[in-house]
Amino acid sequence: MPEPVLRVRALRKAYKDVVAVSSLDLEVQAGECFGLLGPNGAGKTTTIEICEGLTPLDSGDVELLGMRWETDARALKQRLGIQLQETQLSDRLTVEETVRLFRSFFDKGPTPEHVIALVQLEEKRRARVGTLSGGQKQRLALACALVGEPELLFLDEPTTGLDPQARRQLWELIEDFKRAGRTIVLTTHYMDEAERLCERVAIMDHGKIIALGSPRELVASIGVEHVVEFSADGAAQRMTLDDLRAIEGVRDVQSDNGVVRMQVTALHRAVPSLLAELVRRDIPLTELRTHSATLEDVFVTLTGRHLRDE
Amino acid sequence: MSDHPLVQLTLVRLREFIREPEALFWVFGFPLLLAAGLGLAFRNTPAEVLTVGFVGTDVTAFENAPALAVEPFPTVDDGLRALREGKVALLIERPAGGSVVYHYDDTNPEGRDARMRADITVQQSAGRTDPVAAEDQLMREAGSRYIDFLIPGLLGMNLMGGSIWSMGFAIVDARRRKLMKRLIATPMPRHYFLLSFLISRLAMLVVEIGAFLGFAVLVFGVPVRGSLVLVAATCVVGALAFGALGLLLSSRARTIEAASGLMNLTMLPMWILSGVFFSSQRFPDLVQPIIKALPLTALNDALRATMLQGATLTQIAPQIAVLAAWLLVCFPVALKLFRWR
Repeated sequence: MPEPVLRVRALRKAYKDVVAVSSLDLEVQAGECFGLLGPNGAGKTTTIEICEGLTPLDSGDVELLGMRWETDARALKQRLGIQLQETQLSDRLTVEETVRLFRSFFDKGPTPEHVIALVQLEEKRRARVGTLSGGQKQRLALACALVGEPELLFLDEPTTGLDPQARRQLWELIEDFKRAGRTIVLTTHYMDEAERLCERVAIMDHGKIIALGSPRELVASIGVEHVVEFSADGAAQRMTLDDLRAIEGVRDVQSDNGVVRMQVTALHRAVPSLLAELVRRDIPLTELRTHSATLEDVFVTLTGRHLRDE
Repeated sequence: MSDHPLVQLTLVRLREFIREPEALFWVFGFPLLLAAGLGLAFRNTPAEVLTVGFVGTDVTAFENAPALAVEPFPTVDDGLRALREGKVALLIERPAGGSVVYHYDDTNPEGRDARMRADITVQQSAGRTDPVAAEDQLMREAGSRYIDFLIPGLLGMNLMGGSIWSMGFAIVDARRRKLMKRLIATPMPRHYFLLSFLISRLAMLVVEIGAFLGFAVLVFGVPVRGSLVLVAATCVVGALAFGALGLLLSSRARTIEAASGLMNLTMLPMWILSGVFFSSQRFPDLVQPIIKALPLTALNDALRATMLQGATLTQIAPQIAVLAAWLLVCFPVALKLFRWR
């Protein structure tokens, strides 16, 4: 196995008496997109900012690209691309001036024009940053992270606060970078974002990693792959929940307001059996839905809470 | 255009400044307006013509009286009423052939002045000759007027405000927006960031001093007797000292409000004590050592000495030393305290 691009061991950080991160280990391999997923306050930003060299750690060890912050800060900064949560770039500068400023700090990298094209802001080149939309500002922040041709890209909540269309546009950009072979570490509290973008995900809660693996592995780890929901008006009462639990591939069944929700391990066996059973008992089906179990279901199973608890 | 980070950072500073019309007004426009307003209000005027009342027979004696306008009254009572109402500064009562009586208020300078002028005319028209021949040689010298005192003070005040405000607000704003944190996450050398503030400040200084001094010299005829290079050098040292002070004041603050309170607290005593609008000598001797140690006093004294008295570098060395001391103390302390995120 090649050396990981980022290796964190036994990381611990406390603010006064609040422990933000404790005994955290993780490794990121070259070319992968690694996600830190968790609710607000889980310690994602603290972790990523320690990796970025912005926050000192209390104990533990962080190694990036075979280097350490204590000894190689200058060289490291040349090779990292960073996008912070909540940076407000200067409103009175244009897009091009902003990118040119950031480009001037790096020894090598693409031209400002090239980076602007990369994040699809060509039309806004001469526009003041203050006039950009939220999505455009976020893409500009991405451009500022890319000017040094980084070997490792840190994105802290890249799509938080954006409308769905702007989020999708940003996802497409990040997928382009992945195709270009860049290594990316991102934090998010959107499970769909982590599922779509990340090869591997660490689910964080209260400063610890509570699950680590590919989205598929994580979902599989809770033993439920699919959820089948159906309703059959009043006729469904002709079947007991135990009848349904007896169907092959069904782990658990709940009924809620006339909608039956079945946790299913083998969809291809459970659905035909369910349909056959309904036909046999002549129960008319009014609605049938299935969805694959998600990281949200994983988080709920592990913590009993939702990712975005209101 | 050079892509050196220091050049780019400085350009950014200048662009941000130029693109904010309010800042432009306060740094460039306001001092000029202030100078123009105060210059007009306190301009020196030639001797005023005083109006005096006259009751008597021979008013023609006053026709050639210097700077007196004579208004005849039919009776003494009419004249006294006019005097009481302030319409005349003096009432002259001169019956034919008799002696002369002057009615006036001796606590009113105009009254005293009018009495003296009128008496000379009365005595001379009655035949008095002066035993000693007198000749007036008028000298109205630039450099001793209020506007001449004011301009170096305003220049100093402007350098202080410009340096402290432009540094302070830009730094605190960058910190508040987390822009500073973003910048230090790049390979940007940190001292470039601070240096860009000083360089852009000095660049603006050229325009600022040029416009202000040019206005003062052309419109008010304020003299620059000492070396222009020395005036410019004094301004640069002053701007650097205040820049360092501004850096110190904004080294910790996270909000504009906190920084602006601190800045006003620092500048307000100097506006009053450091001889901007009136001489700092008016304060008691006891506090003079403290006043002399203030950077604005040092800058104002040095500018006045160079501009108005043609002082040389040796003569203003103590003031320059005070400014340099502020620079050398504030800058390292500011760097030590500076909060980068």
